[in-house]
Amino acid sequence: MKSFDVVIIGGGITGLSTAYYLNKMGVKNVLIIEKNYLGSGSTGRCGTGIRQQFTTKEHIVLMRESVKLWKEWENSLEQPIHFKQGGYIWLLRDNEELKQYKNYAKMQNLLGVPTQIISKGGIKEIVPEINTDDIVGASWCPTDGSAYPFEVINALKFFVESNGTTIRTFEDVKNITLKNGLIQSVITNKGIYYTSFLVNGAGTGAKKTAKMIEIELPLENYRHQIVVSEPLEDFLNPMIVKGELYFTQTYRGRIIGGTDMNEGPTDSISASVNFLEKFAIEIVKTMPVLSSIRIMRQWAGSYVVTPDHHPIIGPSEISNFVLGCGYSGHGFMLGPIVGKLLAGYINNGNFFLEEANHLTLERFKKGKLIKEKAVIG
Amino acid sequence: MKDNLIFICRCEDVTLEEIKEAFNKGFKDIESLRRHLKIGTGPCQGKTCIPLLEKTLAQLSGKNKIETISTRPPESPVPFGVFIKEDKKE
Repeated sequence: MKSFDVVIIGGGITGLSTAYYLNKMGVKNVLIIEKNYLGSGSTGRCGTGIRQQFTTKEHIVLMRESVKLWKEWENSLEQPIHFKQGGYIWLLRDNEELKQYKNYAKMQNLLGVPTQIISKGGIKEIVPEINTDDIVGASWCPTDGSAYPFEVINALKFFVESNGTTIRTFEDVKNITLKNGLIQSVITNKGIYYTSFLVNGAGTGAKKTAKMIEIELPLENYRHQIVVSEPLEDFLNPMIVKGELYFTQTYRGRIIGGTDMNEGPTDSISASVNFLEKFAIEIVKTMPVLSSIRIMRQWAGSYVVTPDHHPIIGPSEISNFVLGCGYSGHGFMLGPIVGKLLAGYINNGNFFLEEANHLTLERFKKGKLIKEKAVIG
Repeated sequence: MKDNLIFICRCEDVTLEEIKEAFNKGFKDIESLRRHLKIGTGPCQGKTCIPLLEKTLAQLSGKNKIETISTRPPESPVPFGVFIKEDKKE
């Protein structure tokens, strides 16, 4: 019989980041259970972006804090994670959008995020290759950026494994047992693990996982696709956003990006040629110089979406069952701050950031939804 | 020939030595090994190196059969511009 202080279901950014901060806070006896390989879900399939340009106080503050932690990770983790602050240029297509994003920028400024509205000329100064014919300006935040998902996963893996955490991959959670209203153990296809706390960081499987103990999570999976080009010399630092389109260049020289197909919920993660066509048309219009660049690979992953596009973090009806899911497409970028919040919550029973208290499961029962308007890809 | 001179992946310059090192570091399944070393993620998309990687991994792990990786479209690289021509026809 094995027992742990904390068992985490899901070997993605949530699980690894939570284990990282638990280990740092002195909680060493941690187990991560991953049904496939580390980062095999939405983390490893994501578009690499890290931004603070959001439209709610909750998202802006959490991402402002997350960016500070991304910097710490870049400086302190032994393996490079290729975090860079290349900024996000959000291209605005008409005066109405411009007015809207001016208001968002004001709000972001008040919360300490240095977003500016820039002109066409300003855009050309940062990225000369952008076609500005059909845009009126842009919202630009120079401290937004990107990191490389699998390098992040591996850097965290090495840290936590040498700090007490056990990682078990290719192991599937089959059941969760309760005793006196509390989680007692997790049963997998390979063993049984007793635990004081259970973290649900299961991503696309979070809903199913919670259902094992009769907790309903308002989550739906939506397929989103990504394209990667052949490698090019470094020329593009920022993430470019235009309507549903986003793209940037990774440290390996590839253009990576996606666009929204506006599909209904599905568990499918197969790639479609319709997506490739829509993406190609949008990216060439935005940056015509890419027309001759070759597409190397495409894939799909899931956004695990909540009714208000904000994550569900922290407590549930069962006091030792802790949630970290439903990021609605922002799980990778939120990873550092969510891990720190969850580890702190497990350790102290509260969040160190006031805004996190608005993001618990309870909000759906109380009808206190927070609507995020800036969701892309 | 020495392991550091045997190139398994020619797009990403990954040698047999690097594969063995990664395996010993704990990257024991083909998917995480590939993502760690970037084998098969270059312009050829794994057409020559993935079978070699499977064989190497089988030898290292003492297993007869290695699960193969998921292949990603397109079958071979195509320029973004290909789709633009189709758009103009409409």
